Amino acid sequence: MIHSLFLINASGDIFLEKHWKSVVSRSVCDYFFEAQERATEPENVPPVIPTPHHYLISVLRHRIYFVAVIQSEVPPLFVIEFLHRVVDTFQDYFGVCTEAAIKDNVVVVYELLEEMLDNGFPLATESNILKELIKPPTILRTMVNTITGSTNVGEQLPTGQLSVVPWRRTGVKYTNNEAYFDVVEEIDAIIDKSGSTITAEIQGVIDACVKLTGMPDLTLSFMNPRLLDDVSFHPCVRFKRWEAERILSFIPPDGNFRLLSYHVSSQNLVAIPVYVKHNITFREGSSQGRFDLTLGPKQTMGKAVESVLVSSQLPRGVLNANLNPSQGTYTFDPVTKLLTWDVGKINPQKLPSLKGTMNLQAGASKPDENPTINIQFKIQQMAISGLKVNRLDMYGEKYKPFKGIKYMTKAGKFQVRT
Amino acid sequence: MTTMQRLLQLPVNAVNMVKTVQSQVQGQEEDKSPVLSPDNGQQTWYSALQPDELRHLRSGGTGGGGGGGGDQEERGFQEDGGGGGSGGGSFQSQPLRHDDLKEMLDSNKDSLKLEAMKRIVAMIARGKNASDLFPAVVKNVACKNIEVKKLVYVYLVRYAEEQQDLALLSISTFQRGLKDPNQLIRASALRVLSSIRVTIIVPIMMLAIKEAASDMSPYVRKTAAHAIPKLYSLDPEQKDQLIEVIEKLLADKTTLVAGSVVMAFEEVCPERIDLIHKNYRKLCNLLIDVEEWGQVVIINMLTRYARTQFLNPNINESLLEEGGGGEKTFYGSDEDEDEDDEEKEKEKKVEAAAMAKRKPYVMDPDHRLLLRNTKPLLQSRNAAVVMAVAQLYFHLAPKAEVGVIAKALVRLLRSHSEVQYVVLQNVATMTIKRRGMFEPYLKSFYIRSTDPTQIKILKLEVLTNLANETNISTILREFQTYIKSMDKDFVAATIQAIGRCATNIGEVRDTCLNGLVQLLSNRDELVVAESVVVIKKLLQMQPEKHSDIIKHMAKLTDNIQVPMARASILWLIGEYCEHVPKIAPDVLRKMAKSFTNEEDIVKLQILNLAAKLYLTNSKQTKLLTQYVLNLAKYDQNYDIRDRARFIRQLIVPTEKSGALSKYAKKLFLALKPAPVLESPFKDRDHFQLGSLSHLLNAKAGGYQELPDWPETAPDPSVRNVEVPEWTKCSSREKRKEKKVEKPFYSDSEGESGPTESADSESDSASGSESGSGSEGSGTGSESEESEEASVSEEEDEEEEKKTKKRESKKPVQESESEQSSEEEDRKRERKSKQRKSESESESDEEEDSESDSSQSESEDSESEAEIKKKKKAAESKPPSKPVKKDTKKEKKEMSLLDLDDFEPTPSPQVTPVNNLLSNSLVTDLEGLSLSDAVLSPATIAPSSALKSYELLHRITGEGLSVEYCFSRQPFSPDANMVAVQMHFTNNSTSDTKNLHMEDVKLQSGMRVKDFPEIELLPAGEKATAVMGIDFCDSTQAANFQLCTHTRKFFVSIQPPVGELMRPVFLTENEFKKEQGQLMGMNEIAEKLTLDAKCRNEHAIVQRVTTAANLSRVPCGSDKECSPLVPPPEHPVYRFAGRTVTSGSLVLVTVASREEGAAQLMVNCEKMLIGTMLVKDILLALTQ
Repeated sequence: MIHSLFLINASGDIFLEKHWKSVVSRSVCDYFFEAQERATEPENVPPVIPTPHHYLISVLRHRIYFVAVIQSEVPPLFVIEFLHRVVDTFQDYFGVCTEAAIKDNVVVVYELLEEMLDNGFPLATESNILKELIKPPTILRTMVNTITGSTNVGEQLPTGQLSVVPWRRTGVKYTNNEAYFDVVEEIDAIIDKSGSTITAEIQGVIDACVKLTGMPDLTLSFMNPRLLDDVSFHPCVRFKRWEAERILSFIPPDGNFRLLSYHVSSQNLVAIPVYVKHNITFREGSSQGRFDLTLGPKQTMGKAVESVLVSSQLPRGVLNANLNPSQGTYTFDPVTKLLTWDVGKINPQKLPSLKGTMNLQAGASKPDENPTINIQFKIQQMAISGLKVNRLDMYGEKYKPFKGIKYMTKAGKFQVRT
Repeated sequence: MTTMQRLLQLPVNAVNMVKTVQSQVQGQEEDKSPVLSPDNGQQTWYSALQPDELRHLRSGGTGGGGGGGGDQEERGFQEDGGGGGSGGGSFQSQPLRHDDLKEMLDSNKDSLKLEAMKRIVAMIARGKNASDLFPAVVKNVACKNIEVKKLVYVYLVRYAEEQQDLALLSISTFQRGLKDPNQLIRASALRVLSSIRVTIIVPIMMLAIKEAASDMSPYVRKTAAHAIPKLYSLDPEQKDQLIEVIEKLLADKTTLVAGSVVMAFEEVCPERIDLIHKNYRKLCNLLIDVEEWGQVVIINMLTRYARTQFLNPNINESLLEEGGGGEKTFYGSDEDEDEDDEEKEKEKKVEAAAMAKRKPYVMDPDHRLLLRNTKPLLQSRNAAVVMAVAQLYFHLAPKAEVGVIAKALVRLLRSHSEVQYVVLQNVATMTIKRRGMFEPYLKSFYIRSTDPTQIKILKLEVLTNLANETNISTILREFQTYIKSMDKDFVAATIQAIGRCATNIGEVRDTCLNGLVQLLSNRDELVVAESVVVIKKLLQMQPEKHSDIIKHMAKLTDNIQVPMARASILWLIGEYCEHVPKIAPDVLRKMAKSFTNEEDIVKLQILNLAAKLYLTNSKQTKLLTQYVLNLAKYDQNYDIRDRARFIRQLIVPTEKSGALSKYAKKLFLALKPAPVLESPFKDRDHFQLGSLSHLLNAKAGGYQELPDWPETAPDPSVRNVEVPEWTKCSSREKRKEKKVEKPFYSDSEGESGPTESADSESDSASGSESGSGSEGSGTGSESEESEEASVSEEEDEEEEKKTKKRESKKPVQESESEQSSEEEDRKRERKSKQRKSESESESDEEEDSESDSSQSESEDSESEAEIKKKKKAAESKPPSKPVKKDTKKEKKEMSLLDLDDFEPTPSPQVTPVNNLLSNSLVTDLEGLSLSDAVLSPATIAPSSALKSYELLHRITGEGLSVEYCFSRQPFSPDANMVAVQMHFTNNSTSDTKNLHMEDVKLQSGMRVKDFPEIELLPAGEKATAVMGIDFCDSTQAANFQLCTHTRKFFVSIQPPVGELMRPVFLTENEFKKEQGQLMGMNEIAEKLTLDAKCRNEHAIVQRVTTAANLSRVPCGSDKECSPLVPPPEHPVYRFAGRTVTSGSLVLVTVASREEGAAQLMVNCEKMLIGTMLVKDILLALTQ
């Protein structure tokens, strides 16, 4: 299936290659570079590029292109999904997935790639199994390794691959047994000029960090499971149980994992926690434009809206902006025309605003496009959909774990059209 | 034989040959290196070879593949002789460094080797050539250090192809690895061996794969499946042999293997669809537990399979549509009219076929099975799996059911942009055929300014496809905002989309046109130009209505500079000059003025316009035309010169002009059909969705066409798994195994049976597989031909058959069980045993008497039960020993009778005993026999000797106290349940009524069979009842409420691990064989010191059997143990059982040593159970 993998950095250098079958010359990447040149933006390189003898399927993450070379028919999503899984694994192992991190850990990277694919077909992609096979590098271990000459490769054999619970390591031991669950919801919305909502959806995930000894069997139930319109599970979740009782029952992997992601149907009315008053105008014949933006909280159930960040791509004609924020700082990049305003927390008593003028190129006509405003924010201790975890129970082990649940609401793709 | 030998020897010879060369290289290296090799013996051997010989060997041995190696040696010689003159270019760059690495690799220190290997791997990763290090690296293939070994493997796999001969050196290491007792080592050896692309080892690989394919470890079998495509790509001539292996592995029942073998199938022999038949149902059932990548491959393959085997589920619908044909014409203006026509054609054919049979469509149960079992996978976190299921539904499901995939696909739109890209492409194709499916999700396709352009354009495509009369206004409003976007490519695409909406939906054509006309005054030229082009296409549909727009556009010629747009306007004016008779000549006049400055395409259109005007309005334009033609005559572009000459000849009548000029009008003013604006995704669905070929809209290499539905379904009985003798006997095990594999999802699947009536088609299928295998094929085909109603009927029949069978057994049981107090049962057992033992051989009698004596020794009759079992085992041994097949046959007969309720009994002699046991339980259940009268102390004694546990204390129970014990008898209603005997005592002064259980809370997979309600328990009385619990081989508690007429008590039953198994009979040899298969992690050993009271055989056996429900394995010494032979000094006691739910073997060995020291060993597939059991037995033996 997957023949070879090339990692290409932003400046177009191939800095790592790995072949699972016969070697494919790196000149095959020339086709990719051609496509890259044709695309105006880095993310516009088509994910699938046919060449005379091969097909290149690539993903772009952390400004690195992961280019897989395949030779024959294979579902493209299969490859794409796998490449993303590779990136996730690198991130998991090295904390970040940058060119430097990959170059520093090239041996671990190679060992990982070797285990993840066999003859181009995925073999072990579960993080728990991989960590059993190849220990992630830590500063301490690197030091110890250099002194003692010991290795990153696990001494044990990968029993996980044989077990019926392939996602969980065996023989896990902790002194503090803890299980944390983060319910994070993101609001995707498009708000039109007049402030009415065109489309709004809530996408949520439950991320877990489970550090429990032995083979715990957990159940998690919700107060209002009907809210969840569409869900996708980590493979550990017993699907039948969910179908029948709307209870999440699972033997968790060890460590961090995403238990489920869900979608709250757009039929439910979505509360929009912020509103934006905007007045962005350009006058015909004048080389100045007005910029006036005010943010305010709305339907937040008394919770503070934090980490607000506003960004907007201003029209090409704008030379610079002369603005005055009532709080926070703003920057305007005259090259990319990107305006960002780091607002911070919204104080309902004194609404943050950003006012001032924009200077246009002299003599240029009024731009007819309107910038859209992208907003990011966070609200702690609240799931905007109203989803609530009812209880978490553990079976199969005797001790009492510490359980914690955290709620958070974030802006996903939150856009205001002007 | 001889060929085989040759095959085998060939590589060995090669190895030897190369070894000498190789060792020579090494020798030289060692000569060079200041450090002398410790291996002196070998070195002298090297030097004994003459250089000439060596050269000969080299040229012969490494001629072809080993170019690199040759180079290597060359350099060695040169350095030796001339003192390092001119090596190859690549070596010169870093000769020092590589020497350095070689030295490190030759050292004894693992850390140095590791460091060297790390550097080499880093070189490989950067794409640098490290092939010259091959000999030095390969030497380390047998290194002890795991990481070095792994890195050597990495190197080997990378370069073996280039240095085939040297690579052979490593083969023996792997061959050794293939025989390793550890499955993981076997697997990794096979993995590397098969990854080395060296043609010469093909026979070795073939052998290794064949062997691994029948390995007992599923992981090794999985690796074998992975190795198949590797070998195939190396040597396609092995195909036939490989297909055999694939066929074998396809029959594998483990989830681990399924994905990999189907992948191998797809790569090697995707055309051999017939191999799937027998495994189809199994694959469907296993699917949910296969790892995610395997799921994708299996689903894609099954899609193709289903297309060849089942009928189109939408036949009915198309028939209905046919009936309401009048409606269809109403939608005739839709874009897919032609297509519909084609479809109709097809449908008619199908209809004819269907009519001929006069049979409405009934979905094949197997088809349904596939749809049902894939549906949950829409919830997968893996986008590829979701897409695979989506395409399966799109291609296979009845129209009404396809809708379920929309939600999941829309969910994927939240994922990475590459995923979005692929999903949107597929959604675009789907929306053409099944628009309604995605309509509710229209808003999910709205475009954000932050989307990458390629995503925006795809979303636009989907929105356009989704547009219809009802939603067009919202879509157009949305489009309006897009037009203001900064991304001009996107704006252009939006304008085209508007054009398409306008052509498809008549109602909005005018609005769209007006909107587009407004865009003509846009400041951006590109926007205007695109609008002009689109307007031109729209106007072609109804030109007569829109002369004002044409006029408006004519005015634009002054401003628009984009050539394409100017050309479009000119074409329009020329084409419809009769609608704008006054303006057209004027436009020509202007154009004539600017002719020389125009672009080529504009010039061509000016010529066109002139020609058309000349033909329609020659009075006004004759001169202008002449002028333009003259200008064109001297143009630089020969196309334009040619065109001018051509037109002049055609339209200007001269005496020379031929017959053609008469037709000039027809040529120029012919009615041109309106262009059809259609989606580029139209008709893409003949490619399997989700495939690379679909994405590229071109057939990719290795793409398997998605076949059309067959007109008549092929024989469905091919999927019935015939149950030959040996599989038949394992069919029950198979079912159990399935349960082992899927402890997670199978809660209701495995045992759902008759309860899930909606889903019961598959049950009938599986029923025919296991239950009524003998008539399986018959019923299968029956269900095909009969109508829908009869499917359920047939199921009922099946059910009936089963129940009949059960019933047919029951009378016997009941008649026997009428007086069945346990005591009596026991007596009868003993009697029957005696009867038997009389007929049996002397040795048996001896053993009998021996155990009898032990029986008398033991006070508690609990161990008696154990011994009884043991005896049972012992009895059955003699017949089974001489001819093993006999027992198997007997087993088979057993299962033919479908004695599901009983554990498989080893020999027919014992069956009566079993019957009696279960009879007692049947009656227990019916609450008949255990009335107070029967509860004589004698009966209670044995069960009270079983350890009882308190379920409800009499104080908390307000007078009602309940104790329970594990009766260790098979629970007849369900063999997978553990029987729990409950003793109720009413200590209060009032009667307790309606004693029953409620609100059972269980872990998933666990099941409970309630005890029959006790209607009345008078004050001071006792009662007993039996319930069954399937603990799913876990020690998790079953919680439930015990209810009386007044109160409810929360109680829970937690089984000790020893109760989760039932004894099985094994001979010592069988035991040892089984034990050999459960090594490694499955084996837990513990040393212990036996309790002082527990050093004799009897005590040990008793304590172990008390702790766990196991039966003793008669040891070899027992058999010939005449009283004269003293027992061995350090006897070994073996016990065997199977877990109740999954039937995994549990083997316990207690080996005694001097002075009470002993070793306890438990072998069990279920490691959890094993660990817990060790603890329990340890406790029992040391206390």
